Amino acid sequence: MYRYDEYDQAIVDARVDEFRDQCRRRLAGELSEDQFKPLRLMNGLYLQLHAYMLRVAVPYGTLNARQMRMLAHVARTYDRGYGHFTTRQNIQYNWIKLEDAADILAELATVEMHAIQTSGNCIRNISSDQFAGAAADEVTDPRPWAELLRQWSTFHPEFTYLPRKFKIAVIAADEDRAAMRLHDIGLQLVERDGALGARVYVGGGMGRTPMIAPLIRDFVGADELMSYLEACLRVYNRYGRRDNIYKARIKILLHEIGADEYRRQVEEEFLAVKQLGIDPPAAELARISEMFASPPFDPAAPDSVDRTDPDFALWLDQNVKPHKQSGYAIVNISLKPIGGIPGDASAEQIDVMADLAERYSADELRVTHAQNIVLPHVRKADLYPVWQQLGEAGLAEANLDLISDIIACPGLDYCALANARSIPLAQKIGQRFAGAGRQRDLGELKLKISGCINACGHHHAGHIGILGVDKKGTENYQLLLGGSGAEDVSLGRITGPGFDEDGVVDAIERVTDTYLQVREQGERFVDTYRRVGMQPFKEAIYG
Amino acid sequence: MSDNVLRYRDDEAHDEPAVTLDAFVAGQTNAGAVRLEAGDDARALLPHIDRLALVEVSFPSFRDGRGYSSARILREAGYAGELRAAGDVLVDQIPHMRRCGFDSFAPESAIDGAMLERSLARYPTPYQRAADAKVPVWKLRHG
Repeated sequence: MYRYDEYDQAIVDARVDEFRDQCRRRLAGELSEDQFKPLRLMNGLYLQLHAYMLRVAVPYGTLNARQMRMLAHVARTYDRGYGHFTTRQNIQYNWIKLEDAADILAELATVEMHAIQTSGNCIRNISSDQFAGAAADEVTDPRPWAELLRQWSTFHPEFTYLPRKFKIAVIAADEDRAAMRLHDIGLQLVERDGALGARVYVGGGMGRTPMIAPLIRDFVGADELMSYLEACLRVYNRYGRRDNIYKARIKILLHEIGADEYRRQVEEEFLAVKQLGIDPPAAELARISEMFASPPFDPAAPDSVDRTDPDFALWLDQNVKPHKQSGYAIVNISLKPIGGIPGDASAEQIDVMADLAERYSADELRVTHAQNIVLPHVRKADLYPVWQQLGEAGLAEANLDLISDIIACPGLDYCALANARSIPLAQKIGQRFAGAGRQRDLGELKLKISGCINACGHHHAGHIGILGVDKKGTENYQLLLGGSGAEDVSLGRITGPGFDEDGVVDAIERVTDTYLQVREQGERFVDTYRRVGMQPFKEAIYG
Repeated sequence: MSDNVLRYRDDEAHDEPAVTLDAFVAGQTNAGAVRLEAGDDARALLPHIDRLALVEVSFPSFRDGRGYSSARILREAGYAGELRAAGDVLVDQIPHMRRCGFDSFAPESAIDGAMLERSLARYPTPYQRAADAKVPVWKLRHG
């Protein structure tokens, strides 16, 4: 885990002071709402339908127990006892008072946390692989790189008023657990001739115009990465569209000028920028990397697990993933109980997860972009007591990557932009497929719901995606099939005319029934879809 | 020059009215002062920076951040004259603008001097190198 030094702490403390001053000026009427808006947004404070929402950064999704407990404390003290984990690996609180916002940031700063750049037209929280440091397939731990990027992008003087928001993801494995190519910049760390560097993808994104990022550079060495990214951002800052908010993301610039022309402009800029001494020395990456060293694993930890309890065995098969260290495992805690709100956790549940991390997982937790929590380093011998304690807290749903492990945006229940509700629909779908046997029979099936075209619920990247739209004043849902946010990245296609809330649940059932009829041995839903195409599903849905 | 220009330079203010980039590069003028609109390419000035005393960069809206890049491009190329941010410039933006190389400001609305001083002093050590003299944190950590 990264730990702040005096410089990091001073910067976060200064931010609290600054935001306190900005809130005071707004409350005193010295700032108009129009002037205050970009300032509060750069601190993660949104005005929603009913109250302010505060989004707290969880850099690259990594937390320790002390930080997790602070998140519970904020939920209890300043919200209604809940926190909502997001697809950006952050947490947000939906019932915040403007008067409390600076105090919350001050409390967060005591545990090395902040809400810096969790919104606004700037570089947002850097996201990463939730299994970083625990996965067997990574070439290096991506988190030190993500921390380097966090520091570089924090209050970047040139890139704070970009045409639109800017999201960067860093992974270090071929398996993509972070939807890397659906980011404005996706970095895959790779090794070349014994040196580490990044493969750079630019111009991916979801929203109303989903695009998969093309490869812009095959390799940038660690010693030039910041210069290269400055060049990428500068071309965007200068030439990204500012006349239309819906065409302002970097993906539109790439689409309009083409990847080759964008690459040429970046290379030209890079030639100049790399002379400026912007890149931190190798010693800085080494300093950060030391803090992410593996916890002291017990080489004698037993590698077998007693599977006698059948419910435990189900959870083991579904939610526990292999660890790089023999005798250890990665535990996924589902925040998708049947009938619950995807990504929500109560203050009590957050505390339980903090306690378990401290006792069983080397004091580490991760937030995933699928709105779940990970305990990355659990001894196999401890899995049974961990499962039991999760169960007591209502956190042992064995549905990771199954149809009820739904990503959903807050939707019309909270969000001022939404056209339709997402949460009640997620609850209905969960209930329809609630039978554990039924879900497992369907296998890996990633279902994602967005309540409007902005696609916060990643519907384009769902094996099954649902998009809520407004149809002459009533909520209507379009169905998409065949998307993926993983290494087999693809964008879903709309099946045809939309449905009402119950209609879309029925349509999903016809889709999954069709899959069960036509699938071949070993095929996931998305594999079958790719093999047989849209037609059989369309016939089943619309007859 | 308008009365409410904030300057962070010791030299004499340059009083000549700025000409447009088009007029300047067309060679119709011997002006020492140029005004860049937000969408103008600052690079077009690079062959001439030695004879310029003032470049004024326009901010039509505080949300339009193109001028920050214009400033850095000019400073990175060695431009040493006055670099002025003009237009919708807010007090909370001036610290970032200073880091990008602006050393004079002509905001449309008056700026509270005391608040600006606080704002400029607030972040003593930045994370990244920019066009100002501030030493980035990584340099302080490693020398």
